[in-house]
Amino acid sequence: MTTAPACYRLESVQHRYGGRVVLDIGSLEIRRGETLAVIGPSGSGKSTLLRLLQFLERPTAGRLWFDERLVDSEPALDVRRRVTTVFQRPFVLNRSVRANLAFGLHVRGWSNRPAEIDHLLTALGLAPLAHAPAQSLSGGEIQRVALARALAFDPDVLLLDEPTANLDPRNVRLVEDLIRERQAQGVTVVLATHQIFQARRLAHRAALLLDGQVIEVGPTAEMLDHASDPRTRAFLSGDMVY
Amino acid sequence: MSQLLTEFRRPELLQIVALTLRVTGAALLLATVAGVPIGALLGLVRFRGQRLVTLVLYTGMGLPPVVVGLFVYLSLSSSGPLGVLGWLFTPTAMIVAQAIIAFPLVAGLTMSAVAGVDRAVRQQVFALGASRWQSAWTVLLEARVGVTAAIVAAFGGIISEVGAVMLVGGNIEGQTRVLTTAIVLYTRQGEFALAMALGVVLIAVAFGANVLLLRLQGRLRDQ
Amino acid sequence: MLTPAARMDGAMTHIRSRFAWVLVTACLAAAATAAAQAPVKPGVLRLATTTSTDDSGLLRAILPAFEKLCACRVDVIAVGTGQALEIGRRGDADVVLTHAYQSELKFIAEHHARERFDVMYNDFVVVGPAADPAKIASRRSAREAFAAIAAAKAPFASRGDNSGTETAEMAIWASADLKPAGAWYRSLGQGMGETLIVANEQRAYTLSDRGTWLAMRDKLPNLRLLLGGRSIAENPDFALRNRYGVMAVDPRVHPGVNAEAARKFVEWLVSPETQRVIAAFGMTRFGQPLFYPDSDRWKASQVPAR
Repeated sequence: MTTAPACYRLESVQHRYGGRVVLDIGSLEIRRGETLAVIGPSGSGKSTLLRLLQFLERPTAGRLWFDERLVDSEPALDVRRRVTTVFQRPFVLNRSVRANLAFGLHVRGWSNRPAEIDHLLTALGLAPLAHAPAQSLSGGEIQRVALARALAFDPDVLLLDEPTANLDPRNVRLVEDLIRERQAQGVTVVLATHQIFQARRLAHRAALLLDGQVIEVGPTAEMLDHASDPRTRAFLSGDMVY
Repeated sequence: MSQLLTEFRRPELLQIVALTLRVTGAALLLATVAGVPIGALLGLVRFRGQRLVTLVLYTGMGLPPVVVGLFVYLSLSSSGPLGVLGWLFTPTAMIVAQAIIAFPLVAGLTMSAVAGVDRAVRQQVFALGASRWQSAWTVLLEARVGVTAAIVAAFGGIISEVGAVMLVGGNIEGQTRVLTTAIVLYTRQGEFALAMALGVVLIAVAFGANVLLLRLQGRLRDQ
Repeated sequence: MLTPAARMDGAMTHIRSRFAWVLVTACLAAAATAAAQAPVKPGVLRLATTTSTDDSGLLRAILPAFEKLCACRVDVIAVGTGQALEIGRRGDADVVLTHAYQSELKFIAEHHARERFDVMYNDFVVVGPAADPAKIASRRSAREAFAAIAAAKAPFASRGDNSGTETAEMAIWASADLKPAGAWYRSLGQGMGETLIVANEQRAYTLSDRGTWLAMRDKLPNLRLLLGGRSIAENPDFALRNRYGVMAVDPRVHPGVNAEAARKFVEWLVSPETQRVIAAFGMTRFGQPLFYPDSDRWKASQVPAR
């Protein structure tokens, strides 16, 4: 099954805030081009994992590889520019929606790519808001702006933290369609979600995170339908053990 | 009233206004060029002794201009360490004094504004691939309302300041007389109406300068 | 046997004293360079003087002639006498024109100037509220008037700014064996104009130079001239005489001064021609001079005429 080369590799990774262990992963591999759903209840460490993958923090202990290179300090700019995150509570800059979308291109010194931005605005139903000040938008609109902003500069790795938490079903579909488009282009996606159905719709593989530990990893359908660990079954059936 | 109008038309008045703008403008420019980057840096990074630096800056905001004036006077005096420069009783000395008064205001308030920008902004900007400098610049732009307020506060502080410029400039007619020192002079002479008229001119000049600053702020927002 | 802490302390003291030594040397070196290289601005004469000479308009009336004569610019720094002398003491002015005789003698004793020249005089007057609660209008000397004010505890506004006028005021209190204190005695720390304004508002007595009083009396409806007469000739008290002296700052002590221009200025100021202009100043506006010429050369030039 280990055909594709690893995008990320984690080995005995432990992460602590103060004295509290928030992440404790013996081994985890995220393959190039796959979509891995990280599922688990709130507070299980999903966001912390994404922060490590985004290089915002270095693990307290253990080793993390990105593209077969050990990440022991902040990666070079061109390396970390291949990865981006859509945060659970995205922050939009005090500028227009369009200027927000162009930000990633702007810092890379790329041309504005107006057609690409127009495409993203339309695909996410944001076209009428293009010139509105981004901070005046609703939570759901801001979430879509954040996704479009992340896609504008064609990242190799897309880290999504509950990307549809504030969206109505129609917008959930728009977002998922766009994600699928990127999957088809070979983008690696890590999707942190507590929605099992979204994981089922989008992810090749799923990992269950409970209390900072990876309980089980496997192909999505297999894991969700025939979980081997009783704790996984308890989470999936809604009987939380924690 | 007609006498006042004649006073307004005196060529000295134009010269006084021009010097006021030159001195305050140059001092503000110096304080901004030094204070905004330093304030931004202090607001962005964490280091040992930061509380002390913050405390010093905040104390500097409350420094009486006369004390700054005295310090600059003693430094620039012929008997002082910088007497060689020959700056005492020239507009340059006034610019130096006002820049020193304005610096803590600009740096301190910029620091607060930048530190007040949500941590989430920096992480978001980092995740979008901004370099260290781009990140700092973006945070500064997010804090622009506060930074502009810092510059406006410093401007208000120094254009209305009289103690320091009086001391280091000497209020020399045609050379170092600015609006505030002229107002003091006319008040001393009992020319209240004329002093008041100059006060109105000062307010008008300050108003105009603030209009310009706010317009600049608006332009940054549209960026 | 030293404890480690004491040894540490000793080391610190050593370091500190060495640091202090370095600092002192650096300062001395800086001062020496400053003294050696302080620039002379050839085209500029810096005149530190009292507000009274400038506010009265005298300097504006007489200085253009000198600027033409020496082909230079005169920068007038008009401050209190105490500050004017301090500016001279630091070598930040080339010449000082002040009115505090004793302080001026001290200035010379400290070698900041070689000589003091009489320039002019005017006089002080005692002004106060029209009601005159201390009944000083009938007095013939400032000493008696001040004693009456103190006895009545009538409000008195003092400059309190170490100016020539305050120095004169203090001399009068001393001559009356009084140390003014209490709620009635208000030391303002302000210039003459401000002090008169405060006295007008608070209906207080004050000592003013005649020139400022004449220039401002239209704006002081509550105040009357109570001692000093209508002109200096009618002033009954010689102690109220206000002498102005000029001193060129000594270039041997302050190499940075424009000694040449200062010398020319002093010479010009005491010359009979300039003295005549001083004597005429104020005649048109006030019907009397504000300053009376007093230089030796002027007096000498008057002898044959008498």
